[in-house]
Amino acid sequence: MLQPHILLVSFGGFEKKLLQRLAEALRIETKAEVQVRDIYFDLNLFYDPTRRQYNGNELMKEVDALFPGNQKVIALFNVDLFIPILTYIFGQAMLNGRIGIVSAYRLGNERYGLEPDPALYFDRLVKEIMHELGHMLGLIHCHSPLCVMRSSTYVEDIDQKHSAYCKNCLEMLSENTGHKT
Amino acid sequence: MAMKVSILIVDDEDSVRDSLYNWFIEDGYDVECAENASKALSLIEANHYHIILADIKMPGMDGLEMLRRIKAVKADAIVIMMTAFATVNTAVQALKDGAYDYVTKPFDPDDLSHLIRNASKQVVLSTENAQLKERVTKLENVDDLIGNSPAMQKVLSEVESVAQSSSSVIITGESGTGKELIARAIHFNSPRKFFPLVSVHCGALSESLLESELFGHEKGAFTGAMYNRKGRFEMADNGTIFLDEIATISMKMQVELLRVLESKCFMRVGGNKEIESDFRVICATNRDLKKMVENGTFREDLYYRLNVVNITIPPLRERVEDIPLLVEYFIRKYCESMSRDLVKIEKAALARLEEFEFPGNVRELENMIERAIVIGNGKEIKLKDLPLGKQVAATGIESLDENEKKHVAQILDKYNWNISKSAKALKIDRVTLYNKIKKYKLRHP
Ligand SMILES: [Zn+2]
Ligand SMILES: [Zn+2]
Repeated sequence: MLQPHILLVSFGGFEKKLLQRLAEALRIETKAEVQVRDIYFDLNLFYDPTRRQYNGNELMKEVDALFPGNQKVIALFNVDLFIPILTYIFGQAMLNGRIGIVSAYRLGNERYGLEPDPALYFDRLVKEIMHELGHMLGLIHCHSPLCVMRSSTYVEDIDQKHSAYCKNCLEMLSENTGHKT
Repeated sequence: MAMKVSILIVDDEDSVRDSLYNWFIEDGYDVECAENASKALSLIEANHYHIILADIKMPGMDGLEMLRRIKAVKADAIVIMMTAFATVNTAVQALKDGAYDYVTKPFDPDDLSHLIRNASKQVVLSTENAQLKERVTKLENVDDLIGNSPAMQKVLSEVESVAQSSSSVIITGESGTGKELIARAIHFNSPRKFFPLVSVHCGALSESLLESELFGHEKGAFTGAMYNRKGRFEMADNGTIFLDEIATISMKMQVELLRVLESKCFMRVGGNKEIESDFRVICATNRDLKKMVENGTFREDLYYRLNVVNITIPPLRERVEDIPLLVEYFIRKYCESMSRDLVKIEKAALARLEEFEFPGNVRELENMIERAIVIGNGKEIKLKDLPLGKQVAATGIESLDENEKKHVAQILDKYNWNISKSAKALKIDRVTLYNKIKKYKLRHP
């Protein structure tokens, strides 16, 4: 599989230990080098009081400016994200782009009135990161039911899929990068 | 769905065009954008777009006027109107003028993908109708349904004949016979294959959880429910819902299930909006439902509604001739997944497998082979690598429960009590695994 450099940046609200575990999971899934940063960041500028959410498009631009270079940057947020046309997003990335953002805000069972389940929350977070990373590496949505590139609009959709790319998607990745799997 | 669906986005706002463009490109569509109606009309003249998504309020020619002009030339064009403020009047006008649908900005991500999916389904359907090619169906995606025995071939031909319809199916078979695989085979050979196959393990959930699981709930339905939650019936729209262990559901749920099957309509828990969903239902059970109907523990009307087609999977001991093929298949599967060279199997070991009763059926055989590969010498599976002790094979005293308990404990140990990994390895969901841990009082060492 291809070996991008991945920078995982927390924009606040995540425990160090969780970030380390996420990085480890990403290393295992992608065989890539993964670095973790935890930065202090004032999110207020990106808050939209009418929607009471944070603007995902503007945050993408900000992350791009904050972390220039050629590594793939995935920014983690613990606040609710939106983009102007959608009521919420779990995350977004530009196809073949360098920046991806992921929100953990809606991934916890407690948001849905269920018992907290840290392991499930962790799984969902890994899957969302893998999904956005897939887009950054040129993958589009996949119809394979277990593939992490299947699109999900509800957490229940996330739970249906695995955290890995399916065979087809992996093949596509190695074609995109010219690397042998 | 080899066919690529093309979408034209017409909106004067950059951020809307960009976001929608990004969203649809990631979904695998061909996408183009236009920032006003006249640009859009000239694009439409030169190219064919399957779906046109247009804002109503634009400077210059507005969306409704554009819609009328498109419809005058291409009556069958699929045009979806977007509006920032849903006024009933404009919406009604749009539909009167032939819009396929209209949506209010901002959209719920799910509503958007739903809408586009339905529209593209229509596109694909009409293209398929135009081609109107009768193809002989051949089963696809059944690589894991192994067996040349007449019993298994009969099951496969039943799968083939039922796949094309939307009839309800009950799959009956002892545990471990692969009922979920049969459900998958039906789904992935049906016209619904591009839509989800959603599984629910009814036995693993309490009544209230099952209710919220199946129907979903609205924000605020009960304390702590901060967001809407989509239920499995909704997720299975255009696809298939697989209800495993259907015999375990309560009388109350039987009534609710019957109502949904009859109307294909339901409400989320705490909701007041009727939700429609077009799903096919496949159930599985290891119990004799007919008998349960006679005893009065399973509703007769529900039984008849579910039991349009019945597929019975024979236990492994009734298709002994498939054991060598299955063994070969599992050896390949596990050696490949563990990146090892293919191992062989000793003649004596295979012979003993063919004599074994397999109360846990194919799953038990699979587990045995996996274990044998892990503990074996890496070249050949020997009789001693198989947990077929003489007494066990001869008397069969070891119960299925005991076997299961042992196996679950082994897998948990193997994965260091990582619940996700263990559940994945056991091919059960996490809830089921937690229930098994509780049931067998297993403890993290
Ligand atoms: Zn995506
Ligand atoms: Zn895939």
